[in-house]
Amino acid sequence: MTSPTQLITPSRRLFMGAGATTLSAGALALLGGNQALAAVSQTDTKSDLAILNVAVGLEYEGINAYEIALRSGLLNSQHVKAATKFQDDHKAHNDALIGTIRKLGGRPVEAKSIEEYAKELKVDLLKTEDDVLDLAARLELGAANAYLGVLTAFKDPQLGKIAARLAADEAAHFALLNFDLKRPFSKAFAFGA
Amino acid sequence: MKFHAQGLTLTVALALTGQALATGDAVRGKELYDSRCVGCHAVDQNRVGPAHQGVFGRKAGLAAGYDYSAAVKKSKIVWSEPTLQAWLTNPEKLIPGQKMGYSVTDKHDRSDLISYLQTISSH
Repeated sequence: MTSPTQLITPSRRLFMGAGATTLSAGALALLGGNQALAAVSQTDTKSDLAILNVAVGLEYEGINAYEIALRSGLLNSQHVKAATKFQDDHKAHNDALIGTIRKLGGRPVEAKSIEEYAKELKVDLLKTEDDVLDLAARLELGAANAYLGVLTAFKDPQLGKIAARLAADEAAHFALLNFDLKRPFSKAFAFGA
Repeated sequence: MKFHAQGLTLTVALALTGQALATGDAVRGKELYDSRCVGCHAVDQNRVGPAHQGVFGRKAGLAAGYDYSAAVKKSKIVWSEPTLQAWLTNPEKLIPGQKMGYSVTDKHDRSDLISYLQTISSH
């Protein structure tokens, strides 16, 4: 029979056991904690910072997309509630990502203007509530898959775990929007990795 | 029928420019693009990632108006099926210092995506 310790992955064993390695500063910043910097090389940190900044760009786009949706006047009260909640989630993601970037010594990218996001997302084509929900669903699906796709790119594996949590939030948003649009449920393994 | 005609047009266009036809399923590639790539990219707009129209056969780092990483800007890579396969397998290995980070694990998924990218690059 496999012993419980053999079921624990190496990074967790280190975290729980010898104390030689704990959750990285980046991961803990993301979780609101406070720790000494993890022993990750400067090159690896630079690589992780680049990916974290792409994630910040993604979250800014999401925040602004929901702002555009809320200002469109096309959403009913239930969807206004949902859009506000999802926007708040993206703001929480972004705050945590920006905090992590700063803690790792990086500089977070800045948001574009809402007009730029509106142009890039072609919001002039949005005429109905379903158009708005469809755009939101596409962006959430894309965001979930983006986080899943960069999981293994992080040099700090703890940041990969955080990316998984962010992907889960985006997938939850997508599932609710997809349901509201009365579309079929996603198949198993629909999200790429 | 429409897709067959488009495929024939693509074949002719590629023959004239000396490029080989990518080997995947471009129809499935579009579905994958709409699911996996549109989080950051669009065909005709720069977003978090650069626009993809015209990418196949183009030198890396040349989508107008996009702020590429220094590593991609100075790369001499031209996007083709082999270079896109390598890029989507492990972008950091192909161009160290890039900022995409995103990889596509399955080879068939990569082939289908690349075939789709080729269809949006022929006109």
